[in-house]
Amino acid sequence: MNISTQNRRDFLKKSAIVTIAPGVLLYSIAQAHNAERPVTSATRWGMLIDTNKCVDDCTACLNACTEEHGLTENVPAEVKPVWIRKVTLRDRQTGKESSLPVMCQHCENPPCVDVCPTGASFKRDDGIVLVDRHTCIGCRYCMMACPYKARSFVHEVLENQKPHSPRGKGTVESCNFCVYRIDTGKDPACVEACEAKGHQAMIYGDMNDPDSEISKKLKEMSSSVLRPDLKLNPGIRYQGL
Amino acid sequence: MKILKNLRKLGFGLLLVTTVVGASGEVPMPEIPKAKQNFSAEQSCIEPTDIMRRQHGTFLKHYRNDTTRRGIRAIQYNLVACINCHVTADESGNYPNVHKGSEHFCRSCHSYAAVNVDCFQCHTSQPQESFSSDMGPVQSD
Ligand code: SF4
Ligand code: SF4
Repeated sequence: MNISTQNRRDFLKKSAIVTIAPGVLLYSIAQAHNAERPVTSATRWGMLIDTNKCVDDCTACLNACTEEHGLTENVPAEVKPVWIRKVTLRDRQTGKESSLPVMCQHCENPPCVDVCPTGASFKRDDGIVLVDRHTCIGCRYCMMACPYKARSFVHEVLENQKPHSPRGKGTVESCNFCVYRIDTGKDPACVEACEAKGHQAMIYGDMNDPDSEISKKLKEMSSSVLRPDLKLNPGIRYQGL
Repeated sequence: MKILKNLRKLGFGLLLVTTVVGASGEVPMPEIPKAKQNFSAEQSCIEPTDIMRRQHGTFLKHYRNDTTRRGIRAIQYNLVACINCHVTADESGNYPNVHKGSEHFCRSCHSYAAVNVDCFQCHTSQPQESFSSDMGPVQSD
């Protein structure tokens, strides 16, 4: 008994050295080659959608999303992935209809993160809510917790995924704000598509930066969030609702 | 003491199995496809080959967290870059299947070592069409 305990300790000691040493080495390599820093909470990414500019039958943002993330698998309609959809809201009192794109609202207090048993649903320091598919077990608690119906589950084996947007069977996914584009200074695909159509209904930017276009607009115009009663403080805001 | 004895027996058993398989040639050595380019004149990959062989899994796993969770993307241990450089098309322009056969770069060794590789349930196993030679395309999630 003693012998085996001793061996185990020795083993653990040795393995710690083995794993720590390359870790330290790696870190210095990464510093030398890497100009980029981790994201911080100094930034909060957000989007302002002007429902008056959003055209009823336009699906440019939806198509761009499908193309960008390769959401093209041939599956029955009820299990098709939906990262963004067009919703028509009608004011019962006045009859005014507004058409708006709805995607993951990148909540400041995301219920999907609260319920996730593995920590796979997480919020980046800059406010983007993501699923780390490396640790997602596909339990779908987050889908039930999300009040905006923003998440989809991949039911079938996928092939030829986009290199920048990996996704696979048995995991949950949702709008990731085209995070790899944002991190390299590009606009999300939907924003780019809306602009290319000349509709300019979507602005995105850093809501913590007082000089950003989105911050200035938010200060100037009245805007609202979907289901403010839930107090989730979404990063997606709507104007003209 | 008994444990030690048993361990020795087990070790001997393993040795025996290895020898038998080796001698009968049932598991042929993997034929590893050549990469598209060398990292530098002195070095074929981003780390010396023996380090890459042993540690590529650790590199990828360590940095996937940095990229996915912390948004650090200028990382050369990058699965997209590995695939872009290491996976080559055959004469008719088709890429090998990572789930079948042994022609795919990753698969060639992983079949030999009987180690399951799960990466490609989500990540594509084929190069980007617009492969640039800078060894550092956009790092995925
Ligand atoms: S909209 Fe849904 S999926 Fe997105 S952060 Fe909020 S709760 Fe999570
Ligand atoms: S499906 Fe995945 S991300 Fe959602 S709660 Fe379960 S483990 Fe977390």
